This record gives sequence, C-alpha cells and structure tokens, in this order.
Amino acid sequence: MMPQVREVEKLYMKTDLPKIAPGDTVKVHYKLKEGEEKERIQVFEGVVIRRRGSGTSATFTVRKVSFGVGVERTFPLHSPRIEKIEIVKRAKVRRARLYYLRERAGKSARLKERFDQKVME
Amino acid sequence: MKIEGILGRKLGMTQIFDDEGNRIPVTVLEVGPCAVTQVKNKAKDGYDAVQLGFNPKKLEKCTFPMIGHFLKAGLDTGFYILKEFKVEDPEQFKPGEIISLADLGLSKGVKVDITGISKGRGFTGGIKLWNFQRQPMSHGAKKVHRKKGSSGANTFPGRVIKGKRMPGHYGAESVTVKNLTIVDILPDKNLLLVKGGVPGSVNGYVMVYFK
Repeated sequence: MMPQVREVEKLYMKTDLPKIAPGDTVKVHYKLKEGEEKERIQVFEGVVIRRRGSGTSATFTVRKVSFGVGVERTFPLHSPRIEKIEIVKRAKVRRARLYYLRERAGKSARLKERFDQKVME
Repeated sequence: MKIEGILGRKLGMTQIFDDEGNRIPVTVLEVGPCAVTQVKNKAKDGYDAVQLGFNPKKLEKCTFPMIGHFLKAGLDTGFYILKEFKVEDPEQFKPGEIISLADLGLSKGVKVDITGISKGRGFTGGIKLWNFQRQPMSHGAKKVHRKKGSSGANTFPGRVIKGKRMPGHYGAESVTVKNLTIVDILPDKNLLLVKGGVPGSVNGYVMVYFK
C-alpha cells in the first residue's frame, strides 16, 4: 500500500483506543440510531475472539452468551459509533483467533485471567 | 481559474468513516501540482486550451525535441505525461505556471469525472470479455467448457456477421467513470479522495474533469 494512503487513513483513525487483544473481556459502548434524531448507547459485553485488518478497515469480534445463545458482533475498530471500549479483564490465550470458544460452554469456556503489568496501566 | 480538468495519479483505495459512522470506500488520488507547458489560443491554434505536465522528469532523460518544448515554457524540468485541457480564457494562463490542487477551488461533495487507462488483461476469452455463459462441465461436454459456442448460422448467410463478439484483447483502454463524489481534499499533500473506484492500476495516471 502506498505511504500516502496510510497517511490518509491516519487522519480517520482513533488515537485514544485501548490496546485490546484476543481473550480480553470488553464492554463496547455502541451508539445506536433509533428513528430520527434519537440516539441510544448500547453496551455489548463479551470476549474478544478476533482482531483483523489494519488501518481504518480494522475490525474486532466480540462473543457473548446471551440467554444460552451465543452472540457474536463484529465492530469496525475506528468507527465513530463506538463511544468507548472498556476492558473488564484480560486473559492468557495461546491463539490469535479464539474460535474454539464456539464449541464450548460453561466451565470449559473459561479463560485464565492475566494480571501482568500491561493490564494494570 | 477556469480549467476543464487536471492530471493526477491513483495511489490506491481505502475506507473512511463519515460523520454518522458509515464506512465509505474511497480512492486516494495525487492530483497535481501540474505545470503549464503550453498555452493554445483560438487565433493561433484554432481552439483554447492549456497543456499541462505532471510527474517531473529530469531534462537529461527527455528527448531533444521535448527538451526544447520544456525550455520554451521557461521550465527547468521535464514531465512524464502531458495532456491538454480546454480553458475558457487562455489569457489567464502563462507557460511555466504551476497549478496545484489548492488553486482549483474544489469543495467536498462536488462531483467529478475521472478518466484512466484500465488494467490490461491481455487476450481474453468470451466469458470474461463479453459475459458469455460457460458450457456444461459434464453431460458429455468435452473440451468446450469455456468456449464461445456457435458464431452463426449455416449456409445462409454462410459467413460470420460483422461485429460478432469474439475472444480478444481486453483492458488497457481509456475508461471514464462519471459523477464520482469528492469526499475529502488535502491541498497541502495534493491528495483528493473520491468515493468509489477509479480505472487503472495503482500509480496509473488519471485525468480529473470538473463539472
């Protein structure tokens, strides 16, 4: 990709994003539009199972189990509709894509929590 | 400054967000700065136009006739690409003058037409070139899966009708995309962002025409 295109992307990227990684449990505050002129913030809490892409097209996928049904949502990382991303806890994982969580439920779907320096910052 | 268009270069595509958070596909173009290499007027040439040069080239790399042409315009550099654009009043332009993106008075939301040379695809079969159907992969079909099929009737007319769509060369031709919306302008970097795709490969030259 041409360096000028990267520069353009930088203008549209957020600089204050927390460092989210697969295994993190996050709360995504997402602005929803309800009809005309009405806005509401919805919080989606779950485990980050994937990050993909670079620049403005980067996205991340959050998985949660809601009333016994697995729900996955993919958000554009730099979307202005994301009000903020809160990190609830971090976990030690050995893969970049946590697709194996889809086949698991309950006790086996737990992840080992991480308490290193990076988390504390 | 009223000019029909300007020269530029395609840098690639990306996506950006609008105020509402919608993702918009954009093409990033490097537009200008261009130098006026020649001014043509009605009295001398029969029409009003300026010739613009884009992408500087060392004079020692130019041919002798081209060196003469650039020196005549008072320039100390040559250009890889030259193109004429119509103007209403050629008096406004002087040879050697530099035209950059900021001089054009463009604004966001304005529509432009963009001409480029499409990617060359070489000798192409009927399926890709003319959207022909392919033939069955089985049911007795043998060695004809992607062939063009029949090219006409039998004894009458006894020949293939002119203009019959056949496999042949595809791409590497001038293509114009009309009514592309300007999404953003960065005059200090000479960058123009338009919504949607633009013909040609990355680093290909494009002409941006204003309405």
